[in-house]
Amino acid sequence: MFNEKRVYKISEINKIVKDVLEASFSNIWLEGEISNFKFHTTGTMYFSLKDEEAQISAVMYKNIASQLRFLPEDGMNVLIRGKLTIFLKRGQYQVTVYEMEPAGKGALQLAFEQLKERLLKEGLFDEDRKRPIPLLPQKIGVITSPTGAAIRDILSVIGRRFANVEILINPVRVQGDEAPGEIVKAIGEMNKNFPELDVLIIGRGGGSLEDLCAFNEEEVARAIYNSRLPVISAVGHEIDFTISDFVADKRAATPSAAAELVVQNKQELVNTIRSYRSRLENNLRYIFQSYKSRFQRAKDSIIFRKPFELVNQLQQELDNLTDRITQTITRFIEIQRGTFNLFAEKLTVLNPLAILGRGYSVTYKLPENKILKDTGNISLGDRLKIKLYKGEIISTVEEKQEVK
Amino acid sequence: MAKKSETKFEDALGKLEKIVTQLEEGEVSLDNSLKIFEEGIQLSRLCAKKLEEAEKKIEILTKTKEGKITKRPFELKDE
Repeated sequence: MFNEKRVYKISEINKIVKDVLEASFSNIWLEGEISNFKFHTTGTMYFSLKDEEAQISAVMYKNIASQLRFLPEDGMNVLIRGKLTIFLKRGQYQVTVYEMEPAGKGALQLAFEQLKERLLKEGLFDEDRKRPIPLLPQKIGVITSPTGAAIRDILSVIGRRFANVEILINPVRVQGDEAPGEIVKAIGEMNKNFPELDVLIIGRGGGSLEDLCAFNEEEVARAIYNSRLPVISAVGHEIDFTISDFVADKRAATPSAAAELVVQNKQELVNTIRSYRSRLENNLRYIFQSYKSRFQRAKDSIIFRKPFELVNQLQQELDNLTDRITQTITRFIEIQRGTFNLFAEKLTVLNPLAILGRGYSVTYKLPENKILKDTGNISLGDRLKIKLYKGEIISTVEEKQEVK
Repeated sequence: MAKKSETKFEDALGKLEKIVTQLEEGEVSLDNSLKIFEEGIQLSRLCAKKLEEAEKKIEILTKTKEGKITKRPFELKDE
């Protein structure tokens, strides 16, 4: 290649670089953080992958993107497999992604958390919408595998407690792709064909996250939410929490716990009723006793034993009272008479006219009717009235004598 | 959705509880206490009956392709 200048056209050089890149980086794994993620309406996903220093743009075409089990989001750390290439039109260096997994937590775990978040926001887990489990569930629908550990545990608990409960099993797969659909169908069947059921127990025995994933499916969650019959979710072991646990009306840690719940209520109720029964009887006996003793006390009281005694006593009391009354009255009269006489005597003594009785008389000058004490102020011919002890005399002055 | 026509178990239990407390408080007249005692005993019998009502029965559904559902007894060893 002597010094003749070799001049490339742009499209030519881009094409060459694209081939070189694709040849040497046709199948590589990259890890990075997603940013400026765009999910195009055509189904293609455009985003970039970055680490602390650098960034590369990435593209995931529809056929791959649609199979993702989770929705990529900005800030999410992911592991991708793909090939390096050039977007010829704009000479842009990018990676075409064939496979993507969340780095750290697996896809399933992430899907679980995203769904949980979404359903929580939608209110499917709200406590107040949860239906109460009937106090005495006796017709129980069980949706689980007919051969799994769950039904065995449930029946053994019920058997041990020889509880008379009716169990109706709706056999379903609890694992694998058909499981969610079967569970949803079973919930529908139980609600539609067997409304007399008191409660539904839905669950399975223990297993890995993958084994339990049927109970993390949205369609199962919605079927539980919409079930008219209250639902007890009993999936896996104590530590396993699935979406159906959150949305169910009651979560039992394990299938046997669900059975315990049902049968244990019944035992408790039997005892409560027995205790009410005895308290009823004791109380009635107590009430009877108290009335009886009240009645007894009344009967023994003196009034009934010697009825006349009281009468006599009262009679005597009455006589006593009347005597006292008469005494006081007579004494009272004596006193009154006494005082009266006293007054009368005083009166007579003080009576100015009493002296007349001894011959004196009182002379009044008429017509003024004034008592006369000396002859000074009368004259001959005046008329006088003389009041005697008994009667009065009207007279005229004929003669008067001055007394010096 | 009261499934059982006569009084529901929960209501009967609630009434029984009220009667017991009423009698325990003691301000009940004699004839009244007799009346509600009687009612209490009946309620307790009703509750006990309801507890024993369901017989022990374990069944499993079989579903045909066409969606026909039938019940049959279920034994654990059943495959």
